[in-house]
Formats: sequence, C-alpha cells, structure tokens
Amino acid sequence: MSQSADIIIIGAGIIGAACAHELARRGLRVLVLDAGRRAATAAGMGHLIVLDDNPAELALSQYSLQRWRDWGRDMPADCAYRQNGTLWLAANAEEMAVAEAKYQVLREQGLDCQLLGAAALQAAEPELSQTLHGALKVGGDGILYAPNAARWLLQHAQIELRMARVVEIDHRRVRLDDGAWLSAEVLILANGVYARELCPELPLQAKKGHLLITDRYPGRVNHTLVELGYVTSAHNASGPSVAANIQPRPTGQLLIGASRQFDSEAPEVEPWMLGKMLRRAVDYMPGLAGLNAIRAWTGLRAASPDGLPLLGEHPQRPGLWLAVGHEGLGVTTAPGSADLLVAQLFGETAPLAPDAYLPQRFLGVAAHA
Amino acid sequence: MKVDILIIGAGPAGMAAALAAAPSGARIALLDDNPAVGGQIWRDGPQAHLPPQVHEQRRRLAAQSTIQLLTASRVIAQAGPKQLLVEDAACARVIEYDKLILCTGARELLLPFPGWTLPGVTGAGGLQALIKGGLPVAGERLVIAGSGPLLLASAATAQANGARVLQIAEQASWAAVAGFAAQLPRWPHKLLQALGLWHPGYRASSHVIAALGDSHLQAVRLSINGQVKEVPCERLACGFGLIANTQLGQALGCRIEHNSIAVDNWQASSQVDIYAAGECTGFGGSEKALVEGAIAGHAAVGDLAAARHLWPQRQRWQGFARALQHSFALGEPVKQLATPDTLICRCEDIALADLREHGGWTPAKLASRCGMGACQGRICGAATQVLFGWQPPAPRPPFSPARIDTLLQLGQPE
Ligand SMILES: Cc1cc2nc3c(=O)[nH]c(=O)nc-3n(C[C@H](O)[C@H](O)[C@H](O)COP(=O)(O)OP(=O)(O)OC[C@H]3O[C@@H](n4cnc5c(N)ncnc54)[C@H](O)[C@@H]3O)c2cc1C
Ligand SMILES: Cc1cc2nc3c(=O)[nH]c(=O)nc-3n(C[C@H](O)[C@H](O)[C@H](O)COP(=O)(O)OP(=O)(O)OC[C@H]3O[C@@H](n4cnc5c(N)ncnc54)[C@H](O)[C@@H]3O)c2cc1C
Repeated sequence: MSQSADIIIIGAGIIGAACAHELARRGLRVLVLDAGRRAATAAGMGHLIVLDDNPAELALSQYSLQRWRDWGRDMPADCAYRQNGTLWLAANAEEMAVAEAKYQVLREQGLDCQLLGAAALQAAEPELSQTLHGALKVGGDGILYAPNAARWLLQHAQIELRMARVVEIDHRRVRLDDGAWLSAEVLILANGVYARELCPELPLQAKKGHLLITDRYPGRVNHTLVELGYVTSAHNASGPSVAANIQPRPTGQLLIGASRQFDSEAPEVEPWMLGKMLRRAVDYMPGLAGLNAIRAWTGLRAASPDGLPLLGEHPQRPGLWLAVGHEGLGVTTAPGSADLLVAQLFGETAPLAPDAYLPQRFLGVAAHA
Repeated sequence: MKVDILIIGAGPAGMAAALAAAPSGARIALLDDNPAVGGQIWRDGPQAHLPPQVHEQRRRLAAQSTIQLLTASRVIAQAGPKQLLVEDAACARVIEYDKLILCTGARELLLPFPGWTLPGVTGAGGLQALIKGGLPVAGERLVIAGSGPLLLASAATAQANGARVLQIAEQASWAAVAGFAAQLPRWPHKLLQALGLWHPGYRASSHVIAALGDSHLQAVRLSINGQVKEVPCERLACGFGLIANTQLGQALGCRIEHNSIAVDNWQASSQVDIYAAGECTGFGGSEKALVEGAIAGHAAVGDLAAARHLWPQRQRWQGFARALQHSFALGEPVKQLATPDTLICRCEDIALADLREHGGWTPAKLASRCGMGACQGRICGAATQVLFGWQPPAPRPPFSPARIDTLLQLGQPE
C-alpha cells in the first residue's frame, strides 16, 4: 500500500470537485475517486440562489454566490453560467408580505434586490399569470450546468480523477471494490446521498425530486421563476410536495421543477408526481401547457435534519472529513463549503463562522479530544 | 376511453391482431404513430405501391365497427394500472384497457462510420421510406451498403423510381448469403421475392469504409471483398439490419431477452395481460409478424384453439427468422468502422473517443449527454448496444416528446 496522494476525496460531484479545486490551488496532490453513480450534480437544476431560511443558510449561499460570480468570468462556455437573476413570485397578499420581509433581510446583507408590483412583473415576464400580486427580484442569482462546472473544477495538474468505488473507510485509508487499499493523511467524504453506505451514523435522508425539460423556446422567460409558496406552504409539509420553479436555459429550453418526496428512492419518474408538479407550474405560467416537453428525470438530494450541510472533521474518526448533506442547494453552496472545509483543514480562520455546519451538532463531541 | 383490447402499432402484426380479435365482439383500439396503418413494410405515401393484400386488410379493418383506429397517436406515459396516456395532434386521452398487445415493430440499425452524418447518407430502409413519401431520386447514382435483405428491397424501390444503383455491399460472406438463399426453397414466396431483387452490383464480404465529401456526399469508399474502391455517387443508403422496438415493453416491465420482448407460445409477455407480436419480439419479416399478430389477437380474447391452430405456421416463419438472423449476423469489421473522431450521437455531437471510456450507457449519458438530443437515443442507443454491448435503461415518461397539456392529465396514484 502506498501513499497515493496528500488527500483522497470520495466523490467527484460538485462538492468533491470544489474541495479538490481549492486544495490543488494550495499545492496539495489530490486523488478524487468516483464510482460513476447517479449523482445529484447531474440531476439537479443548477440554480445558483440565495436562500435565507436561517442565517447560516443565508451566509453560506451569499458567500458562495460571490464566488460563482468570480469564477463565472473564467468558466468555459459549456458550463452555461448566466447571472440572470431570480424572481420570487407572490400569488397573493400574504405572499407579497413575505416578499417584502425577504426584501428587508436581503437588503440588510447588501444584496441587489427589488420589489416588483403586478404591472412591473408582467412587464418583466409577460408569460406569467396575470393574477400574480408581484415579485421580489434578486439580481445576483444565476444558473449553471453543474456537471460541466464540476469537470472544469477538476481540471488541474495537481488533481487525479480515478473511476473507482470505495467500499470501506478504515482510519486514513480506503478500500476499493477491486480490493486495493489507498491511503492518505486526509480523507474527504463527498459522495452525496451515498455517504450513509460508508458512514451509517450520518443523519442523512434522501429527498427525491422530479424535473422536466421542454423543447427550445428562446426568449419566453428571462429570470429563474420560483414561487414564494415554496417558503410559506409547500416547504413545511413533510409529505410529497411540489413548488413551481421555472428556469430558462441558455438554449431556450425551460427546465421545470420541483418536487420533494421522502418516501421514494427509486429512480423512476412517477407519472402522478410529474402531473402534480406540472399543474403547479402551469398555475403560474399558463402558456406552459402549450409547450412541448422533451424529457423528465429524477434525482436524490441528501438532506440533513436541519437542512444545512455537514462540513468538518468527523468527531470520532480523525482523518475523515465530511462534506455532505447539501440537500437542494449544493450546487450553489459548493464554493463556500469547500472554503470552509479547507480553512478548517489548514487551521485558518474560515471566511464564515463554521459552527453552524460542524458535524458535531449531530455526531456529538470528539471521542479522544 | 375504455377498451377491451388496446393494440400499439398498426403494422402487419397489429393489423392481424385486431382482425383476429374482432370476431369476439371485443372493443378494440389500434394505435399507431404514423398517419396511416401499414407499419414499415406497408408504409403509405405518394410513391408507395402497396400490394392488393394490404388494401384488403385495410378494408376489413375499416369494416369492423368494433375496431377504432387511432393514427398519428403516440403513447406518452403509463397513467395508472392498465392505463396509457396517449396524444395525437389535437388532443390527449387516457385509454384504459383489459389486454394490451404490443406490435411496436423494429427500426433500422444505423452504425456510425466516417462521414455517416453527411447530407445524402440515409438508412437503407430509411431511403425506401423517403422515396415512398415522395423523395425524387430519378437519375441519381446510389450506393447501398450494410446487411440483410432490406438492402435489396431498398435497391428495388430506388430503381423502380429511376435511381441508378451502382453497388450493393453486403457485409456477410458469400457462404452465408448462399446458405441463406439455399434455404429459401423452404419458403417459396420469399424465394420469388429474393430472386426478383437480385442485382448485378451485389457483392458479399463487402462494407462501407467512409462517406466522402465536404458539405454533402460526393463519393463512397468501400471495401469490396478486401479491395478498397471509391465510387462517386449522390446517395448512400446504409442499413445494418433491424433492431426491435422494445422500449415501451421495457417501460411496462416486460422481460427483454436477446434485445427483444420475451413471449411464450400465446405471445404473452412476462407481464400479465400484455402480449407482444411481430418484429418487437425478434425480427423476421412480415409473414412472421402477421401470424404472431393473429395468435396474440386470438389469445387475448381467449380463443386458444384458433391461436393454437396457427402454431405450425408460426414455427415455419420463425425458422425463416432464425436463418435470417444467423446468415446476416454482423461481423467484426462493421463494428470497427468508426474512428475516434466519428460522431456516435449526432444530435449532441459526441464522438467515439468521448464515449468509449465510460463503460456503460448511463455513465456515458451523464458524462457526455449522449442520447439526450432530439432522437432521444433511438439511434445512438442502438449503435452503442451493438458496438459496446451497453444496455439502455427503460425509457422514462414522457416516452416521446409531448405537450405539457397532455402531461397535466397524469393524476394521483390509486
Ligand atoms: C432534483 C434536484 C434539483 C436540484 N436543484 C438544485 C438547484 O437548483 N440549485 C442547487 O444549488 N442545488 C440543487 N440541487 C442540489 C444539488 O444538486 C446537490 O446538493 C449537489 O449536486 C450535491 O453534490 P455532491 O457532490 O454532494 O453529490 P453528488 O452530485 O451526488 O455526487 C456524489 C458522487 O459520489 C460518487 N460516489 C458515490 N458513492 C461512491 C463510492 N462509494 N465511491 C466513490 N464514489 C462514490 C458518485 O458517483 C457521485 O459522482 C438539486 C438536487 C436535485 C436532486
Ligand atoms: C425502415 C424499414 C423498412 C422496411 N422495409 C421492409 C420491406 O421493404 N420489406 C420487408 O419484407 N420488410 C421490411 N421491413 C421489415 C419490417 O419491419 C417487417 O417486414 C414488418 O413490417 C414487421 O411488421 P410489424 O407489425 O412487426 O412491425 P412494423 O411494420 O415495424 O410496425 C410497427 C408500427 O408500430 C408503430 N409504433 C411503434 N412504437 C409505437 C408507439 N410507442 N406508439 C405508437 N406507434 C408505435 C410504428 O410506427 C409502426 O408503424 C422494414 C423495416 C424497417 C425498419
């Protein structure tokens, strides 16, 4: 058995890739192992969005968005990065009040945002239902084709990507499915919803989501459209739920989401759920009904109990670092997650207070501190 | 809408199934995505010359008040148990059925080679369909390459419409072709058909190497029995045999064996109340499709005696199918035609070199978007199945592009 690299990362999704990128930039030799399984990064919408359900989520997403805007200048065209902004849609007066409260919070953080009344919303997005009350526009949000962004992040002389499946983690080494052992001073677990297989104590739950993409209709929609009901109603339901989420791709295609289910991990597209999700989207954009759908698929989000990722060293397994539990926001929060993790690894002051994301909050304190 | 028997595909198999089931009085719906019934072999169009048998079949179908024809209709999703969501140009509906008969036929296998995406290059059956649909080919020089009797059928159609067929390159050996021809006397009708199609430019152990030209086809480089030869021409039609349309069966959970829907003696699939007949259970021509369709139709309405009565006839045509499959089995050379920069997925511009390393359809699709384009992997999925042995996964709803309005009909689970 040999020391294969300074650091081994398990998982080449957007999280593993962002960690590898940051470590390689600092001169470390990184080996990234990936099993080529169905990844959230390939399934997701790639909406780069500031969310503010709690201060920690806001801090991490806001910080990360700034990083994406910086990277956006260098990313190749196939990453399809655009800063097209988000419109949070208010269907009634109650949701308009939510939009206003959100506006206050985001403005306090210095974010570029703006409240639109019904008429201004119609002018900005004429395809939307005329019954909507207005919207909150967040100008710094964007979109990305995440699989290519992950590949771009991994393109570095210090990074080796190897297709292999890790079947066991033992102290500072991993066993591959061909029986070989590889070791490194530091292991980073970044394999998304599959992390439970290697670390059963992790409090992660799979949340299935459906997506659908249309044929090309350039110019119909400009901003990414998200309903505020997402915050007020659908979000607190524990059963299957849907929320309207319509994203214009640079190709002119529309990507339509989103559904949430806890009870189903099978990859199948469930027709009833697809119907429910589309009915919701059509409520907001009636003209969608006349467009052609090309393809639908599903993906799994890895959800932690409080919705925030686990970023830091495993308290009982020294040498094993965790970067998991990014739920429905991991593409957005990948750069911030990587910076937080790497700062802890190097014993530096992190760019954000790391406490809210430490694995200790679920796994308890260090065994031999 | 509720029917006793829903038949998907109105080619020879589907038509025969409907006619066999009709006397029972069952309510039948016969659905096809083409504007007219007939399937691949009896595809209608301005330049199609359909045999009298076809007009007779059509007349009989039209005369049955219990058979409803749903043409230009596509199956979009499974809406619930024994329910399919279906769409045509005007509307969408959920069709509830007691028994389902899949007669989804086959499509042509297109294998990639340098230049295969140049304008002027089509499939062999594909060219035939274009000509029937009205494509003018009079005076054009044509080369046909690939494998199987469809090359000759395509040549015959092109010639009848005024094209000059310069060469027909069959990849199988003379021994294999001669062996197949020698068996033909056991199927007299097929013998007549084959002899009628014989052509002086026909060469065995021969295959295409490349289609040449900048913006459109100008010549074809061929390997004729080991000798390289260039033939200037305006058109190249290349077909490497047929591949069964198993996708809908696979999506409904039917067992797939040897790339075909597996069936028993009653043409019943592994799924209760789902039957399959014709090319989707393995290719073998229209006679096999007709008799299998009839057996499925009888069995689906419970007339087992009538179904059993047709077993010997089916056995005979399945024998023909086996001889066909054996004689025209694809050799290694045609699986090696693509070079690293040859496109495999023409919708998404993905070359062989970008694909090979991935070791499976799903990882390749994730990494390269192969199969995510307009043809939804129907062409490249079949090619990678033959080239690399990759199994495409069951298709997901929507099975083909559909209006979102249609999908809104998908309701709550039972
Ligand atoms: C439907 C849906 C919509 C979403 N929309 C958005 C959105 O709009 N915006 C946003 O920011 N986020 C979104 N997300 C969330 C986001 O996609 C995920 O949080 C993010 O992709 C997680 O990345 P990851 O690298 O942690 O995991 P993954 O992308 O799942 O990657 C894990 C990798 O680990 C590998 N692996 C697994 N097991 C092993 C093993 N044993 N050995 C080696 N390798 C292994 C896998 O092959 C895989 O490549 C969405 C998610 C879903 C499902
Ligand atoms: C391009 C081509 C040309 C051919 N030309 C000849 C020829 O000249 N001579 C010859 O002997 N044989 C020819 N064949 C072989 C031919 O397949 C059989 O001879 C015969 O037509 C098979 O009958 P079938 O009913 O099994 O299938 P098909 O004739 O293939 O009929 C299947 C029908 O089902 C429809 N269908 C499939 N899936 C769906 C769905 N999900 N929803 C709705 N409709 C669906 C198809 O569009 C098609 O109309 C050709 C095959 C191909 C692919």
